[in-house]
Amino acid sequence: MSYSEKVMDHFANPRNVGEMPDADGIGEVGNPKCGDIMKMYIKVKDNVITDVKFKTFGCGAAIATSSMATELIKGKTIDDALKLTNKAVMEALDGLPPVKIHCSVLAEQAIKSAIADYYTKKGIDPSLIVGEIPCCDHEHGNCNCVE
Amino acid sequence: MERIIYVDNAATTSVSKLALNAMLPFYETHFGNPSSIYSIGQTAKKAIEDARETIANCLGANANEIFFTSCGSESDNWAIKGVAHNLIKKGKNHIITSKFEHHAVLHTVQALEREGFSVTYLDVHEDGIIRVKELEQAITDKTALVTIMYANNEIGTIQPIKEIGEVCRKHKVLFHTDAVQAVGNIKIDVNEQNIDMLSLSAHKFHGPKGVGALYVRRGVALERLIEGGAQERSRRAGTENVAGIVGMAAALKSACDGMIKREEKLIAMRDKLIENLLKIDYSRLNGHRTKRLAGNVNISFSGIEGESLLLMLDAKGICASSGSACTSGSLDPSHVLLAIGLPHEIAHGSLRLSLSDENSMDEVDYILEVLPPIVEKLRSMSPLWEKIVAKAR
Repeated sequence: MSYSEKVMDHFANPRNVGEMPDADGIGEVGNPKCGDIMKMYIKVKDNVITDVKFKTFGCGAAIATSSMATELIKGKTIDDALKLTNKAVMEALDGLPPVKIHCSVLAEQAIKSAIADYYTKKGIDPSLIVGEIPCCDHEHGNCNCVE
Repeated sequence: MERIIYVDNAATTSVSKLALNAMLPFYETHFGNPSSIYSIGQTAKKAIEDARETIANCLGANANEIFFTSCGSESDNWAIKGVAHNLIKKGKNHIITSKFEHHAVLHTVQALEREGFSVTYLDVHEDGIIRVKELEQAITDKTALVTIMYANNEIGTIQPIKEIGEVCRKHKVLFHTDAVQAVGNIKIDVNEQNIDMLSLSAHKFHGPKGVGALYVRRGVALERLIEGGAQERSRRAGTENVAGIVGMAAALKSACDGMIKREEKLIAMRDKLIENLLKIDYSRLNGHRTKRLAGNVNISFSGIEGESLLLMLDAKGICASSGSACTSGSLDPSHVLLAIGLPHEIAHGSLRLSLSDENSMDEVDYILEVLPPIVEKLRSMSPLWEKIVAKAR
């Protein structure tokens, strides 16, 4: 297993890492048992994600995909952010080893989860906008269970 | 050149100059097949027999009890399957092992389970050591074999081999030990310790990869694993890895000769690492504090994941290993760390440093300088660490 240069760059110099005390939405996905948790914070103004931060417990790919995902949604509208797929995150990183694909799924889900939280806080039911965020599908690498 | 600090000697070791120089003539000059009658074949044959004698001496065995194999895994497979398939004819269908064996043993006994054998997996307790009493209670009149590793590859804990051997002898059960991590590091005497079979592998003690041996006590009947020619007195076929065997013997002799002095040096380095790394908050040592290999350090840091830790250490030139799921290639962390009762999330944050004679106190100091800030950096970006800290408050 080896990582691309881009993965190594985002792992060694993660972008947008940290906390956001005044976040408009916070999403957390993953499970310590599985070895990765991603927490994502977003700031929203006029339907645009003006700032984003993340914290991740996990392997090199988990940190790199979190970092890349934040870069890809920063300054984008919520609609565009919701369209971001794990595939796009992977492609932006020049690929991931097969066993690490679930990290990119987790990154996609972390964004969706933060946006869902943003709507919930505004009193809007997020399920119609964000859709279901699947939970803990180990077999297919979609581990997304917060205990 | 960038500084490289190799502290993954339980994975493999460098080939020593001594071993390499002993090997080279058998690639270039004495390359003949040991089964041939002309002189370059016979020189090779003689070298193999000398190597057999050397290795036997290091283990307190007789030369005719040493059989060369291709690796430690082959030795384990042969010993376990060889005994099981022989004793099943006498109605013995039970094997006793431990929960934290190397996969070469675990997967072999699991294969036998699928054939219909029953297997008892002894608990290794929090300290990573089996209890001889529990072993004795597990033995039945159907027990064909007890196979317990000498020293664990991940946490380095050393098992009470002599006592295990005594119990097996008392109950007339054969005893095999996977001593791959122990040979060259611990004084072994197969007679004094009542060992019937023992696996070893050259690349763990500065010999080459691709060569190992199985000690088989005289009189122990084993079915063949590799069928073919009459090599190894018709018990293990295949043209001998002459250079490898010669290199293995040279490396083992050197390891055994220098054992006491080296052990002192390794223990000093190991203990300094353990003492100082345990000063990091929420860290824990895995495995017994003293009943462990002189060069083994295995520590878990809560709130971080092992692969990230290894990548950051690698960026500083430090080669180490971890029991995290990410490095095991599955979703579960190391079976060894789970066997000693570690929760998954703590097992994910484990680090193994395994030292050899080639390491220095200077390198230990460098690791101690570089490692704590890496743990801190990873924790600062970990939501799990955030929770641990919040809970503590």
